Amino acid sequence: MQVNLTREGDTLIAAISGELDHHTAAAMRQQIDTAALSCRCRVLRLDFSALTFMDSSGIGLIMGRYRLMQSMGGCVQLQGVSGRLERMIRLAGLDKLPIWNTQEGKE
Amino acid sequence: MKAMNELRLTFPSRSANEGFARAAVAAFVAQLDPAVDELADLRTAVSEAVTNAIVHAYPNELGPVTLTVRLYENGRVCLQVRDRGRGIEDVEKAMEPLFTTGGEERSGLGFSVMQSFTDRVRVRSTPGKGTTVTMDKYIALRVKGQR
Repeated sequence: MQVNLTREGDTLIAAISGELDHHTAAAMRQQIDTAALSCRCRVLRLDFSALTFMDSSGIGLIMGRYRLMQSMGGCVQLQGVSGRLERMIRLAGLDKLPIWNTQEGKE
Repeated sequence: MKAMNELRLTFPSRSANEGFARAAVAAFVAQLDPAVDELADLRTAVSEAVTNAIVHAYPNELGPVTLTVRLYENGRVCLQVRDRGRGIEDVEKAMEPLFTTGGEERSGLGFSVMQSFTDRVRVRSTPGKGTTVTMDKYIALRVKGQR
């Protein structure tokens, strides 16, 4: 499990690789939140393209980061969403939130 | 129908064992030659059930979690996750989508994911005694007579 953090202008990109479950989520959360709070970016982009496994702990991670960014007047975007992750996003009703990375597919 | 093969593992409710349980299920079920998606569904479902036991059954202590996997000739995979923890007062309520007692970082989706990613989920629980989650998933038999 690893989180790679990069900054592009007003966007903080957190690229998550490896397995995201309840066990690994706590450390990922801490890394992302520390960076988000210190850089004060408007957009937090969570990139899931290098994930090899994710269960509903990942949905908890998205929801928590969404709340954090909202509290700072920012937003969350998702990138690299697999079919399985999309199923979970729909189960959680998160597909109704403006969290899809609109740039995706245009690159 | 009698199971043609069976795996039983008992491990303490340490969160590091979530990944271990997934890996064990994937390795054992491999003999049914499942499709990549079927295997991913099983790994996700078992991860949810084991995480529930770790987070909810034993909130302040470690306790035993027993994972049983049974394989049947017709492609049925039966996953059972049993704990001896505090049990669930209201199983119906616990299974509602987005209901959680796990705090802000838990999505409350565990049972919904198990239901969505397997063919059948049953939950038996006795407060103070523990919970057993049983899931069935049918793996498509790709080569007839080769099982």
